[in-house]
Amino acid sequence: MFPEFGLFSLILAWLFAFFLAVVPLTGVIGKRESLQRTALGFAWAVFFFNSVAFAILIHAFVTDDFSVSIVSQNSNSLLPWYYKFSATWGNHEGSMIMWVFMLSAWMVSVSLFAQTLTTELKAAVLSVLGIIAFGFLAFILFTSNPFARILPVPPAEGSDLNPLLQDIGLILHPPTLYMGYVGFSVAFAFAVSALITGRFDASWVRWSRPWTNIAWAFLTLGIALGSWWAYYELGWGGWWFWDPVENASFMPWLIGTALIHSQAVTEKRNLFKSWSVLLAIFAFSFSLLGTFLVRSGVLTSVHAFTSDPNRGLFILGILGLTIIGSLILYAINAHKIKTSGQFKLASRESFILMNNILLVVIAFAVLFGTLLPLLADLFHWRKLSVGPPFFNVIFNILMVVLLALLGIGQLLRWKKHNLKSWWPFFIAAGAGAIVIALVLPWTLTGQLHWQVWLGLALVFWVIGSLVKAILDRSQNNASMMSAMRKAGLGFWGMWLAHLGLVISTTGVVLVANLDIERDFRMAAGDSVEMDNYRFVFDQVSQQQGPNYTAQKGHVSVFRGDREVAQVNPEKRYYQVKGSVMTEAGIGGNLFRDIYVSMAEPLNDERTVWSMRLQVKPFVRWLWFGAILMAAGGILSITDKRYRMAVKGGRS
Amino acid sequence: MNPKRKQRLLLVLLGVSGVTIAVALVLFAVRQNINYFYTPSEIAGDMAPHDKTIRAGGMVSNGSVKRVDGTLQVYFTVTDFAANVEVLYDGILPDLFREGDGVVVIGKLDDKGLFTANSVLAKHDETYMPPEVTHALEQAGQTTTSNQ
Repeated sequence: MFPEFGLFSLILAWLFAFFLAVVPLTGVIGKRESLQRTALGFAWAVFFFNSVAFAILIHAFVTDDFSVSIVSQNSNSLLPWYYKFSATWGNHEGSMIMWVFMLSAWMVSVSLFAQTLTTELKAAVLSVLGIIAFGFLAFILFTSNPFARILPVPPAEGSDLNPLLQDIGLILHPPTLYMGYVGFSVAFAFAVSALITGRFDASWVRWSRPWTNIAWAFLTLGIALGSWWAYYELGWGGWWFWDPVENASFMPWLIGTALIHSQAVTEKRNLFKSWSVLLAIFAFSFSLLGTFLVRSGVLTSVHAFTSDPNRGLFILGILGLTIIGSLILYAINAHKIKTSGQFKLASRESFILMNNILLVVIAFAVLFGTLLPLLADLFHWRKLSVGPPFFNVIFNILMVVLLALLGIGQLLRWKKHNLKSWWPFFIAAGAGAIVIALVLPWTLTGQLHWQVWLGLALVFWVIGSLVKAILDRSQNNASMMSAMRKAGLGFWGMWLAHLGLVISTTGVVLVANLDIERDFRMAAGDSVEMDNYRFVFDQVSQQQGPNYTAQKGHVSVFRGDREVAQVNPEKRYYQVKGSVMTEAGIGGNLFRDIYVSMAEPLNDERTVWSMRLQVKPFVRWLWFGAILMAAGGILSITDKRYRMAVKGGRS
Repeated sequence: MNPKRKQRLLLVLLGVSGVTIAVALVLFAVRQNINYFYTPSEIAGDMAPHDKTIRAGGMVSNGSVKRVDGTLQVYFTVTDFAANVEVLYDGILPDLFREGDGVVVIGKLDDKGLFTANSVLAKHDETYMPPEVTHALEQAGQTTTSNQ
């Protein structure tokens, strides 16, 4: 009976989303406060019924209710309970339920934390979120019913979860990523509400900023988790593939990054207002586009998609309505946005503008590269693919410019900055960065790569500038400590996020240029030398897992006479689906990972193997940097002025 | 010019020049890095360029996989059941690479018709077929029926 309740609950959520989309909005347009006040109740109702439906689906997975069709397709009674739990969102229908559940969670958090918003703005924001929820719940109900049953004879056993997804990565990655994706809907709703109500005062962006930052922080973590998961779970040590699914999450991140910067200008200087509105619309549109790319099947083939078009067309419809609708609204109302104030070329505003242009250009270049193969498919051109070098060229060149500008921009004052007294610092920092970046890797590795040189020079350049930022703050203060406190959490958030960017960049530059990868043929007892490391293949043993069998390799890694790592790569065979998985053996520390994968057995007794051995310097910095960026995003919203805004509004 | 209009002009110029450079960069980069897909029949019909990175796909012919002893080199034949392409690959084959299953190879074709792959993509689960392989098989199916 439970699954039927789930479906029923979903239908109720849909009904309430309809009310939420219509009633308060009518109140906003007709200026009737009694109707505006209904928003809160409807939002909570949507959240409640969504949660019930999501909980029932989770229950079905955890209790092995194989009469529910998606449970039988994506789970198995042999799975450990936590994978049964996470299998709930390891499939199309379940992940869509999670999508809407998170949307409704964002809704109620807005209603909880934005108590001092005017009734009108709150009603408008919740109503816009209600429209989105209505669209996606309709999508679930009409094309992807998660509670569809196999009756009267349910299968006795499920056909198992894809082994790649049986991992901690799948428990964490999709929820974090979706929180980010869906979180941009709040910034979007604030922007659209401002367009509807015609109020573009400073409070609008002050309210919207924390939400954008939180969503962005989640998205940052989500992308990093995805990259980390691909790194250790796919078994071959790649950490970014420019795969369309990755691009789908990276594009909203780029636009979101531009948005948090332009919102800073809008809040502090009351400039770039219409640009911030437009970016908020773009950020969420890119999130929806990502959902469309991943969920419609369009990536497999445009024609496979058109032969079963319901799902794809539905999301395409939502996507089109959102983009066209909000852009029309923007075109009609944008002239009402008045900006005043000026700034010079040497000012924080103009550098943030350059940051925005660069980020938006990267996002659209990635979009172009992602959609080109789909266009070719659609118009029956010769099938083509756009290789990673395309994305690398564009991304690297523009990131070089971005980092070079960041070193200057983060130090500048608003409005107008007199650079004269700063030239000595810029010249010293620039020269220092270039020299250190040349000498340091050379003495440590004995190798010269111009890419490493360039990348590290930029890293040291930005670090120099980060140090300078702190020194400047402490100049007029008695002690360093009091200066640190005075700077405010907003400053520290920025500082931390930029430090995170530098750390990620260091990781990318070093692992992309200095990693070593070779394939060897190895039998038990063999040893090979690679880049000062000696890999000894001790033996192969048989392993029995809960739902798989495996050959497990035992490899000791030496540097000189000292043993630096013991790694155990595995080749797993999952019985239920008959699939094979390569589980890498990773032994790492802060500065390098040793990455060993067993590729194929080369004899029938499975004792001789082709092995891939890799040494990946600084690879972990990539993800540490992302964690710092997210932390910076969160830290900056705990700044006093947001708390003051809450208090000030109440009095 | 008053300062406000001067500033606006500056912004527009900055924007336009930025976008122009970006578009030029994108077009340049994409021309270098598009890999076209060719079916085995098209390769056999000499429609594919030589010494340029392309993609090809089809089924791995049964009994065609041959290893070179003592190395990781492997030869195999990719077919769309109308024509065959001989492929050489030096490295580790994906877990789900099997004779009789679909595969996509990325690499260069030489003048003797040997395709040297620098990467081999197989399906990533039991039921999934790379769309390009389906396409290649359909194409071959169409050409054989139209020949009859």
